Amino acid sequence: MASHPCEEPDDVQARAEHRAIERRTFLKQAGAVAGLAAAAGWAALAPARWPLSLRDRDGERAKPKPRTLNLPAGGFALESLAAAKLGVARGTDIPKMLRGAIEAIGGLNRFVRTGDVVLVKPNVAFERPAVLGATTNPEVLAALVQLVYEAGAKEVRVVDNPIESPESCFHRSGIYQAAVDTKARVYLPVSGDFETLNVAGATWIENWPFFWRPFQGVDKVIGVAPVKDHNLCRASMTTKNWYGLLGGRRNQFHQDIHGIIADLAFMMRPTFVVLDGTRVLHRCGPTGGNLSDVREGRTIVASTDSLAADAFGWQDLLQRGDEALPNYFALAAARGLGNPDWHALPLREVRVG
Amino acid sequence: MMAPVRWVNLKPNRDGTPWYARTFRITSIRIAAQVFFFAWFVFLLWTTWFGRLGGYPVSLFLEVDPLVGFATALSTHSVYRWLWRGLFVLVPTLVLGRVFCNWMCPYGTLHQFIGWLVNIRANKDNIDKNRYRPIFQFKYYVLAIMLVLAAFGSLQIGLLDPICLLVRTFTTTFQPASDLAATQIGAMMAERGLDSRWIAWLSSAPAASEQRVFNGAWFVGLLIIGLVGMNLVIPRFFCRVLCPLGAFLGWLSRFALWRIDRDLTKCTDCNLCLKHCEGAADPQAALRKSECFVCFNCIDDCPEDALSFKLTPVPVHARIVGKIKEGTATLFGRRVISKIPETVVARPAVPRRRWILAMVVGVLGYPFLRLSRAVNTRGFSGKCIRPPGSVMEPEFLERCIKCDMCINVCPTNVLQPAGLAESGLEGLWTPIMDFSVGFCQLNCTLCSEVCPTGAIQKTSLERKLGLKEYAEAGPIRLGTAFFDQGRCLPWAMETPCVVCEEVCPVSPKAIGTYDEEITRWDGTKVLLNKPYMRPELCIGCGICERECPVVDSAAVYVTAVGESRSKDRSLLLGSVQQDQKT
Repeated sequence: MASHPCEEPDDVQARAEHRAIERRTFLKQAGAVAGLAAAAGWAALAPARWPLSLRDRDGERAKPKPRTLNLPAGGFALESLAAAKLGVARGTDIPKMLRGAIEAIGGLNRFVRTGDVVLVKPNVAFERPAVLGATTNPEVLAALVQLVYEAGAKEVRVVDNPIESPESCFHRSGIYQAAVDTKARVYLPVSGDFETLNVAGATWIENWPFFWRPFQGVDKVIGVAPVKDHNLCRASMTTKNWYGLLGGRRNQFHQDIHGIIADLAFMMRPTFVVLDGTRVLHRCGPTGGNLSDVREGRTIVASTDSLAADAFGWQDLLQRGDEALPNYFALAAARGLGNPDWHALPLREVRVG
Repeated sequence: MMAPVRWVNLKPNRDGTPWYARTFRITSIRIAAQVFFFAWFVFLLWTTWFGRLGGYPVSLFLEVDPLVGFATALSTHSVYRWLWRGLFVLVPTLVLGRVFCNWMCPYGTLHQFIGWLVNIRANKDNIDKNRYRPIFQFKYYVLAIMLVLAAFGSLQIGLLDPICLLVRTFTTTFQPASDLAATQIGAMMAERGLDSRWIAWLSSAPAASEQRVFNGAWFVGLLIIGLVGMNLVIPRFFCRVLCPLGAFLGWLSRFALWRIDRDLTKCTDCNLCLKHCEGAADPQAALRKSECFVCFNCIDDCPEDALSFKLTPVPVHARIVGKIKEGTATLFGRRVISKIPETVVARPAVPRRRWILAMVVGVLGYPFLRLSRAVNTRGFSGKCIRPPGSVMEPEFLERCIKCDMCINVCPTNVLQPAGLAESGLEGLWTPIMDFSVGFCQLNCTLCSEVCPTGAIQKTSLERKLGLKEYAEAGPIRLGTAFFDQGRCLPWAMETPCVVCEEVCPVSPKAIGTYDEEITRWDGTKVLLNKPYMRPELCIGCGICERECPVVDSAAVYVTAVGESRSKDRSLLLGSVQQDQKT
């Protein structure tokens, strides 16, 4: 290279320094290239069990891992079904009737201990005023929550997954206000609240989305359901009430509704159930919508055997004793989930108010 | 004696003004007002949900929008319910100019804030970007076209009215996004055993059983990203170029009593007033009254104190003695420093021929829109099912501003912004019911409560259900349900079902069943309840369609025919007479 006349003579030292900088830059850049290539190679190619490896040979690695949960073995029942009793209270004073019915099966102190967390499951499936009989009577719910608190419960949770929009159902039915007034905690279902429940041995719902969040830490479960006509399964009472604990594609249940209700009885062994016969939706169920579909029942039933309570409701409240019981009674009874022959149970009937 | 307060510097400014002149400037008060109104706007939308409604005027911002009141008055010759509240903005505009744009408008605030956030321009570039450009006339054409259409009975202001646009954007994009965030964060917290109940405050639809979805949300989202993004190119692009409300207020502001005035004896033509000029209103020369947002930044920025907000300042052009070019000009005995003697342009800079051109476009636009098939009595879309209480379709299009408040409040998510297929361009983003998403809840009339313009008339529950004095008129019918027997499980697949009958909310039920015991292909006996419609009982609520297990294309589905708001779209003999009584 010809040197320009006014250029400084070649400075050997400066040139060497510059070359050192060039070398350093090269080493840095080459190091970065090698490092990034190695990291990418590691993540993509290192065996799956090595740390920081992302390798997925067969496509299994990225699939969501199903998580299933189980309810406690034996459910939330305290006594065997063989010892079940039926308590029936007639009258008009709802708190007294409820107390009477529960005392008839041994009193609440037998079922609820001090410090218990108690989950109460009313039927709030539809957005209807309580007088239309499509939902649990809020007065019955309020009386029940109060009794449970009196028995020493630490917390009472009121839980349902309605068919229509949950907030509207809880408000319109009066259940929300009743729960708030009695200081129960209301759980409205949102999408993150459901986990897959494993019910080993169930016919249809062996693994089904379950309204799990409110069940965390629960000691006792009490169902409180109205007496309703139902075209498909013919009657919806305390056993079908557990429908409201499930999520997912519930609209498939109707393809074998009797099998499903038997599965529901299999899934949930409650501490006890209350059949709210203060109003009876005797036709156009389960939604109703007309006062002429409802008649006064003036009855509250309590039992640890939901099949017996429902069978009593079928005969005494729906007044369908001359018809055969819906098929789900036999299906559930065959699995030892209760006794539809309620006459066989020790029955105590009380009159109050 | 009080101890000296240390955290506030109470020394006077260098120019002798007291210390509080630094912070208690009119622009600080303006920013506080903007924050207040934006927060109020967000709060009112946030509270628009079943569990949060507490008598708040949730549609307030739409009601005080005077363009909504004016345009619906043009299209319906009436001022519905709360739309008189437009006076709250109209009167201040007539007195002070376009104060709404830079003091109250939440969309303007959004643009200003984002523009400020991304502004990395040098001062000189800012001054250039804030000069008036002819494209800023465009909003007046938009306004003229929309008002002509409104006069013909096609209300289109909602496409670009900033309040409608922002309510719609919150409803279909921002709020569902925040619901999604609430669900995800809540799930993560719950997994770690933390109490996640408070996270419901982040959600706009707490206790909605499923994440709400909205038809065409992507487009509404893209639109707001595009419009807000345009601040990078032209500051306040939407406000200066597109906003029909801004154009309306700009047109009105020529009457305004107060305006920014420039003192020619102080102004050195330095152009620093343009540095933060929001409206591009030329405060450095002849102030364009119609463009000025009254943000007061120019007064703040003026180093010579030449600008002020004055009551009816009169142009001083004619009072100048001497020649400006030669530097001999004086005004009332004081030397004129500025080289620009004009101080105001009162009207929008739109030539009369262009006003006429825009109106002609509106005149042509009406038949173009209306003769498209979707909105007419013949060939209307069966999917165009309007919410309960809606007026007849032509009147609906006179009233609906596409604000989507009804869609925001709907507890079941059944109300969806219409796409082009259901309602044409004329009915774009108007509410329709999509029963694959939700259903019309029997005892709910919330959409009719929040509708600011009466497209959905305020409807009592008695009216909706046909109770008491409405017993003779009967319930409001949204449409009629039909069975697709080829897809229905009991009809076509030997499988029991009738979810539709179970959930049918009317009494007696509008769905009956033919009960039949059959022997299935595998020899088992099964009782099938084959459903059928009783059309005179069906109210078209769509819960049957929503709950049908054939979820992709339901075996029972509702279409608009039989809707009680329209005689032309009735189905059954005798139902027309009923309509005439209502």
